[in-house]
Amino acid sequence: MTAHLPALQVVITLLAAPACILVRGRDLTFWLALLTTWAAFAVSCLLLDQVMTSGIVSYELGGWAAPFGIEYRVDALNAFVLLIVSGIGAIVLPFTPRSLLIEMVGEKAYLFYCAFLLCVTGLLGVAITGDAFNLFVFLEISSLASCILISLGPHRRALTAAFQYLIVGTIGATFIVIGIGLIYGATGTLNLNDIAERLPATGYNRTVIAAFAFLIVGAAIKLALFPLHFWLPKAYTYAPSTVSAFLAATATKVGVYVLIRFLFTVFGVKFSFDILPTALPLMLLAVLAMFVASTVAIFQDSVKRMLAYSSVAQIGYMVLGLSLVTVDGLTASIVHLFNHALMKGALFLAIGCIAYRQSSFRIDDLAGMGRRMPWTMAAFTAGGLSLIGIPLTAGFISKWYLILAALAADEPLIAALIVISSLLAVIYVWRVVEAAYFREPGPGAPSGEAPLALLIPTWVLIALNVYFGIETSLPVGVSEHAARALMGAGP
Amino acid sequence: MVDFVGLYNYWIVVFLMMAGLYLVIEHGNLVKKMVGLTVFQAAVFLLYITLGKVRDGTAPIIAEGIETYSNPLPHVLILTAIVVGVATLALGLALVVRIRDAYGTIEEDEIGDQDGPAI
Repeated sequence: MTAHLPALQVVITLLAAPACILVRGRDLTFWLALLTTWAAFAVSCLLLDQVMTSGIVSYELGGWAAPFGIEYRVDALNAFVLLIVSGIGAIVLPFTPRSLLIEMVGEKAYLFYCAFLLCVTGLLGVAITGDAFNLFVFLEISSLASCILISLGPHRRALTAAFQYLIVGTIGATFIVIGIGLIYGATGTLNLNDIAERLPATGYNRTVIAAFAFLIVGAAIKLALFPLHFWLPKAYTYAPSTVSAFLAATATKVGVYVLIRFLFTVFGVKFSFDILPTALPLMLLAVLAMFVASTVAIFQDSVKRMLAYSSVAQIGYMVLGLSLVTVDGLTASIVHLFNHALMKGALFLAIGCIAYRQSSFRIDDLAGMGRRMPWTMAAFTAGGLSLIGIPLTAGFISKWYLILAALAADEPLIAALIVISSLLAVIYVWRVVEAAYFREPGPGAPSGEAPLALLIPTWVLIALNVYFGIETSLPVGVSEHAARALMGAGP
Repeated sequence: MVDFVGLYNYWIVVFLMMAGLYLVIEHGNLVKKMVGLTVFQAAVFLLYITLGKVRDGTAPIIAEGIETYSNPLPHVLILTAIVVGVATLALGLALVVRIRDAYGTIEEDEIGDQDGPAI
């Protein structure tokens, strides 16, 4: 049983998706989806445990040995990303049956669960596979499924947002597939580890350099690295809040994973950073993302759009960490993958609670919300504090490791910029808090808290934010392990 | 010069790729954008299939007297990529239908004019 965990990780949700269409009943599909995402979460916990105790797990799909067959190769980095994706899926799913989204789609709810499970499958597949072409196929599965999820938003703009996501996502994925094709032409293999072994023998010719460029730009589109982020704010703003919570917490994280995997494992530190000057442009773009996106977030009227721009800024921190090209920097990046999933998931779920009571997300319309929906706004505030990086929250741990890594890499300016950009987060979080707690509610404002079914998942994520702000051995331990392996320093 | 002509397949790939990408970026009509995207993807299919061709190679079927075979793997990969492309096109067109229902037009500027400032 445990020998087949890597295959089960993907197969469980993949099979449950079409089963939802056969079952159809609204409640039945919900329980089916819930059961499978929790099973996937359990599998990823077991996998992480297995990887941390006994090293890399390699699985030959269908018994075909690598490098000819498709290999699922799980090391600390994949296992951690799998845990993030399946964990967020398992927490967000219980939120759905009472959310506005399901009440809107009504009897067609089973199609939502089908698309949701496919999206989870795609993201898990990208993270677990050790085969370059397989990675592309899973990327497209997740991209098409999330496109469907985004188009379910209450406003008609969700349709155009989903269309733009489809176009941009497909261009990104096609760039990746061009890169994979060129690598295949140069090395004759599709297995990621095999490629890494064979690349030095090619002498890093022009084909390899072109493949590198295509892959990095493709991954940058997928993870919404500034200035290729333009699709993200629109998609997250108009998607249903539940979907925004899931995608903001997982989809871009998997994009960052793909970037790390190609930069560090496939092309290797020597080629990516010594032969080609990749670190400096990445660092510049990351810093620009932190400042430009945070500044734009300050001037947004809609809370959802504000959080979306804040996501672009937070992706800047992740890329900044890896652009330091040190074990510490990479650790900080991977820790932030995890912590940002927790805080953005919690914040978007809080928005989902607000959506249950009122349709407007304008900051002005949140006036007095602190008194009308005390639990929801308390969750939002706690999530906001984590986003800023206040001590005792997960966000603080990310910033702490990032600043330490910048100082250790002798980049005091970068460390200062991280602190300054966090202050920008204070401004945009404060705007919401100020409206919610220090203004009188407008006339005709709805009263009453969101139902418990919505509050519990939100508060579970908030509790995790606090827990991992104090007890950091899991994320930091796994991240350090992964970072050491990626930098070639041994586990 | 011989190299230039000999690699004509790749020139076609580059031309189609750029033409497709240009269509996607330049056109305001959503259906034409999907056409551009399909051309862009088709160029990639051609790139892979060209990679699989071995000079003087024949179809990869074991037969007497034949020693050089083309590489069948890129063809198989592209079969998968074509399926992905069809799914993308279908989903894209389905969205265009829904957009037309909601806005009464599939021109990007006219859609942009209909919605007021962002919510």
